[in-house]
Amino acid sequence: MQAFTYARVGTLAEAIAALQQPHAQAVAGGTELLNWMKEGIAAPQRIIDINNLAGLDRIEVDDHGLRIGALARMSDVAASAHVQSAYPAIAQALLASASPQIRNMATMGGNMMQRTRCRYFRADVDLPCNKRRPGSGCAAIAGDDRAAAIFGGSNQCIATHPSDVAVALAALDATVQIDGPGGKRSVPVADFHRLPGDSPTQDTELERGEIITAIVVPPSAAARRSHYLKVRERASYEFALVSAAVGVDLDGSRIRAVHIALGGVAARPWRLKASEMALRGTLLSDETALRGALDKDFDRAQPGRHNAFKIELAKRAVIRALRMAGERA
Amino acid sequence: MHSPAKTRRDGAVAAADTATVSLRINGDLHRLQVDSRATLLDTLRERLALTGTKKGCDRGECGACTVHIDGRRVLSCLTLAVMAEGRDITTIEGLAPPDELHPVQAAFIEHDALQCGFCTPGQVMSAVACIREGHAGSDAAIREFMSGNLCRCSAYPQIVAAVRAAAAAGAV
Repeated sequence: MQAFTYARVGTLAEAIAALQQPHAQAVAGGTELLNWMKEGIAAPQRIIDINNLAGLDRIEVDDHGLRIGALARMSDVAASAHVQSAYPAIAQALLASASPQIRNMATMGGNMMQRTRCRYFRADVDLPCNKRRPGSGCAAIAGDDRAAAIFGGSNQCIATHPSDVAVALAALDATVQIDGPGGKRSVPVADFHRLPGDSPTQDTELERGEIITAIVVPPSAAARRSHYLKVRERASYEFALVSAAVGVDLDGSRIRAVHIALGGVAARPWRLKASEMALRGTLLSDETALRGALDKDFDRAQPGRHNAFKIELAKRAVIRALRMAGERA
Repeated sequence: MHSPAKTRRDGAVAAADTATVSLRINGDLHRLQVDSRATLLDTLRERLALTGTKKGCDRGECGACTVHIDGRRVLSCLTLAVMAEGRDITTIEGLAPPDELHPVQAAFIEHDALQCGFCTPGQVMSAVACIREGHAGSDAAIREFMSGNLCRCSAYPQIVAAVRAAAAAGAV
């Protein structure tokens, strides 16, 4: 691990000033950053410990809905009675994430800042990876692309984002609240992670010196009737092969409005906006109609050599998640 | 207090950066100088001779290094020692008085919940927390909430039995 200086900051202003220094990196839970540093994938020269920023760990409810402080631990958000009742998909996604120890450490802001990655990016031998060594190529495109993206990839990178809770947050129209040298701003969770395009090294919209302060989730009938379904190759402690976060507002058994986001299929949580429009007025029990509506988005899927199965798997995950959400009182 | 950054003339940060930290471990205060890169795990094992906490993967994947910080189970391999200053740290050595077994340790022996024993300190630290959290109400809950601790001897059925028995006995 490269040497670094360590400093604790006590205020947001201090944090923003410290993070504008060259080669500075914020640390909160440390569960992601320490691994990248041990692997030599990250080599910051200044570690800025933001854990002492007062008030940033709060989970609050106000007129705008649910406000989750950036330093709130994943386990605390999952245990919140309000989150469980008004935003069940968020609690479910958190409990399906990582391990209990990591959920006790990892923060909600840090969760958003997880790197988009694939096994070639993490490999301990030098393999082509445009994200890790720009211009070296992409080993996944011609190699093992089983876990890779089926939406939004480029000829530079087809890695996926690993977060579960970001998928639930994107489905429920949450926003990332940011503060920085240029002032405060807000970015939808669904747009916070960048698609690889020609520059796969930059994972998020966060600029130098900026810091996530909170995630805000608006209240809605669909959020109360939401569900997160994770499909993975182990029963626990494994990333999603695909996942589906849905929220549904029902008029009897007909869909009045629906929100759908997929995980494990792109470099960001993938909203199915065209399907959401097409699903309005559909009977929740009409599987043929549901499948037809989903094709509005899945017709544009671009699977690789070994992951075309994700198309059918993801459709089934959405349909099952809709049924589970619909059964919620 | 943290030592000031030693900046070279070219602006690069000097190689060695150390800090003096006070760590409260099993009720005892230890004051020592550590490399800013030192994990809590390496500090416990290499500096303080508290070798009960095991170094398995060193990547947060196996749970062998599980300790409690402020009463919550965390991974000491992904915690910098400097970040643990002022926190209340409990390791397997501090779970019970010297020469006594914590009831969860006794349950692990009773149920033969280990073979080689390497993962056991982490399993026990995780199990104590799992029971305290209220996540030991069923075998399914125990399996899910103990999933951050791997056992390559695959003593999982016995571990579940030990946790279930300790929870039922109101051990924690």
